Amino acid sequence: MNPIVAQNPPVATPFFFYLLAAAMIIGGILVITRKNAVHSALALITALLAQAGLYLMLYAPFVAAVQILLYAGGIMVLFLFVIMLISIERTMKERQFNSQWLIGIVAAAALGGLFITVFTKGKSLFPDGHFTYAESGNTQAVADLLYGPHTGMYMFSFEIASLLLLVAIIGAVVMAKKRI
Amino acid sequence: MHDLINYITSYFGSNLTPGAAGNFFWATVYILLVFVGLSIAVIAMNWLERKILAHMQVRLGPMRVGPHGLLQPIADAIKLLLKEDIIPAEADQLVFWIAPFIVVLAAFTVFVVVPFGPTSAITDMNIGILFMLGVSSLSVLGIVTAGWASNSHYPLIGALRSSAQMVSYEVAMGLAVVSAILMTSLHGLGFYGVAASGDTGTLSMIEIVNAQMEQQTWFIFKFFPLGLIAFTIFAIAMVAETNRAPFDLPEAESELTAGFHTEYSGFRWSLFFLAEYSAMIAVSSIAVTLWLGGWLRPFPNALAGRTWDVIFSFFPGLTFLALGAITFYNVARMPRHPLFRIQTMGLAGFGAVLGLIGVVLLIPEISSHVQNVFWFSAKVAAFMYLYIWYRGTFPRYRFDQLMKVGWKVLLPTGLVLLILTAGVGMRDEIWDLLQRVTHS
Amino acid sequence: MDAMLHISTLHYLVLGAALFLLGVIGVLTRRNVVIVLMSIELILNAVNLNLVALSRYWQGMPARMGGGAGALHGQVFAIFVITDAAAEAAVGLGILIAFFRNKETVNIDEVNLLKW
Repeated sequence: MNPIVAQNPPVATPFFFYLLAAAMIIGGILVITRKNAVHSALALITALLAQAGLYLMLYAPFVAAVQILLYAGGIMVLFLFVIMLISIERTMKERQFNSQWLIGIVAAAALGGLFITVFTKGKSLFPDGHFTYAESGNTQAVADLLYGPHTGMYMFSFEIASLLLLVAIIGAVVMAKKRI
Repeated sequence: MHDLINYITSYFGSNLTPGAAGNFFWATVYILLVFVGLSIAVIAMNWLERKILAHMQVRLGPMRVGPHGLLQPIADAIKLLLKEDIIPAEADQLVFWIAPFIVVLAAFTVFVVVPFGPTSAITDMNIGILFMLGVSSLSVLGIVTAGWASNSHYPLIGALRSSAQMVSYEVAMGLAVVSAILMTSLHGLGFYGVAASGDTGTLSMIEIVNAQMEQQTWFIFKFFPLGLIAFTIFAIAMVAETNRAPFDLPEAESELTAGFHTEYSGFRWSLFFLAEYSAMIAVSSIAVTLWLGGWLRPFPNALAGRTWDVIFSFFPGLTFLALGAITFYNVARMPRHPLFRIQTMGLAGFGAVLGLIGVVLLIPEISSHVQNVFWFSAKVAAFMYLYIWYRGTFPRYRFDQLMKVGWKVLLPTGLVLLILTAGVGMRDEIWDLLQRVTHS
Repeated sequence: MDAMLHISTLHYLVLGAALFLLGVIGVLTRRNVVIVLMSIELILNAVNLNLVALSRYWQGMPARMGGGAGALHGQVFAIFVITDAAAEAAVGLGILIAFFRNKETVNIDEVNLLKW
């Protein structure tokens, strides 16, 4: 695999980063605060698409494509489909948040504090490297890691993942079907 | 100012797409060109579909607005824009408002990677085909939300049907696409290439067409009949993906009035219309790129050489001249009554414009730039005709039949096909392996 | 200001942490099962963002430390996580439908059969 030196350095990186990050954060907040599940799902889709954009900025176009194809186009359609199958009128009139909000805030605060301390100290842990590789050949490189004859160290994990999907299919059918 | 001109002219002579070359000016120009071209194509499709369907059913179709109804699409557009924009009182206002835009965005964004020629694409992505499949699968979100937000029974049923249908057929479509992508890595000449060790395939749309050029065969003919079967699966799945007859259950008129867009009117409805037709063009261009050689003219290898290049470069101009000739034949057949004088003159003017385009396209400098786009558009146009033909001839499927075709026919066929494609492509390696196993 | 404008790996990690927190809060406080499942998706996505950002980080590291252009392990892991998310969503929504059929509600507080 020949690493190809970037021909065009990315432009306006801070602008796009903050734009997409804002879209993700606002999307995330809307997901956990909206009463209506469909609105939550739409907010989540926005966040997922913004995240695909961030993957592109991180020179991971294959993961970005998988994100759009599987998450936004597959999983979220499944979510919307299920939301429409179950009637949501009744749940919308009910109380939306359970009494665990105190525990939730405490847990989140503890976790957040941990993250903040790690990240304030993390500047020395993550010095800047030299990012010179463009996205050309990213798909091939990922495929090399997955299936390559010499570098394919994740071949077995890949097979396990396919087994997991098979189990999930059977499980979903068993759960969702009325009479088997 | 001088820098600006330098920046603009620096793109000439580059053999990259503007996106890959990083030239924003030309990227913007290409985006505008593609947008205008698509809009014209959708307007033309609107007229052609009504005319062709009418002629299939031994009717005349629109004849009143302009000669042979040529101005009908424009009249329709004006009517749609002037119509009242109704939002049902019980609808979810915000989602109802957003849904058509999701569909249109998904349908248009796809064209970022469509290769109209070796350099005539907005950009060339390493993940081109995945990007196209992914973004075009987003349009189902718009349809589902449109049906849900209308807060009405028919649209909801239409949306449920459409989500089930599009998700099901995406699987079969993906399998067919994967088998075509596999062929890019199985090098060699002719219908039966073999894998050369160390060769990598590609997902980039432009490289897929280049692979077909190098392997001297369109992928529809490669590993005959495997390529043909993959193409057939895709051709069936793409009709279901775009919710067109005979798979138009989400908007089946006789059952659901208009399916997911029952409650939409005016401008918003026209957005759904625009999205449907540009999605049709998008999936057709995937099929053309993957199996029918993209922008390549017929027989680029067998009939190579300067003479053939010159002969084939006449085709774009001759096509438009032929269209102009047909128009003038119809001018001659117009009634001679004075009431028809303006219509006759209008038709003659249209024919003159077509003929003029034809003459311009005959100039060698222009035709050499345009012919790639011409061959690509001609192949896509053939698919558009197929869509209309399906609508005119096939009866609509029942929903359980639709699901049966998707899951029990197309999906297993696609899986077997994928294994066979890999097996045929790697047959030498498999043979070696068998020899080694049996000898030891 | 310079730290704000120069986007480094740390920025992505902070963003991932924020998303993770939002997901955790959603899982702990919401009563609607669908939204709880969506919050889990948020958590998985936060993890994915970290994985891809760190994969990018390792590409910039010298080869003797395990870095280099081919160090895309984070991206491979992200793909595995997406696979997991698909499986989780399928099974979770299946359970949700079974639950809704029996109890006529999607309130997660009513899932209490095992308490008896």
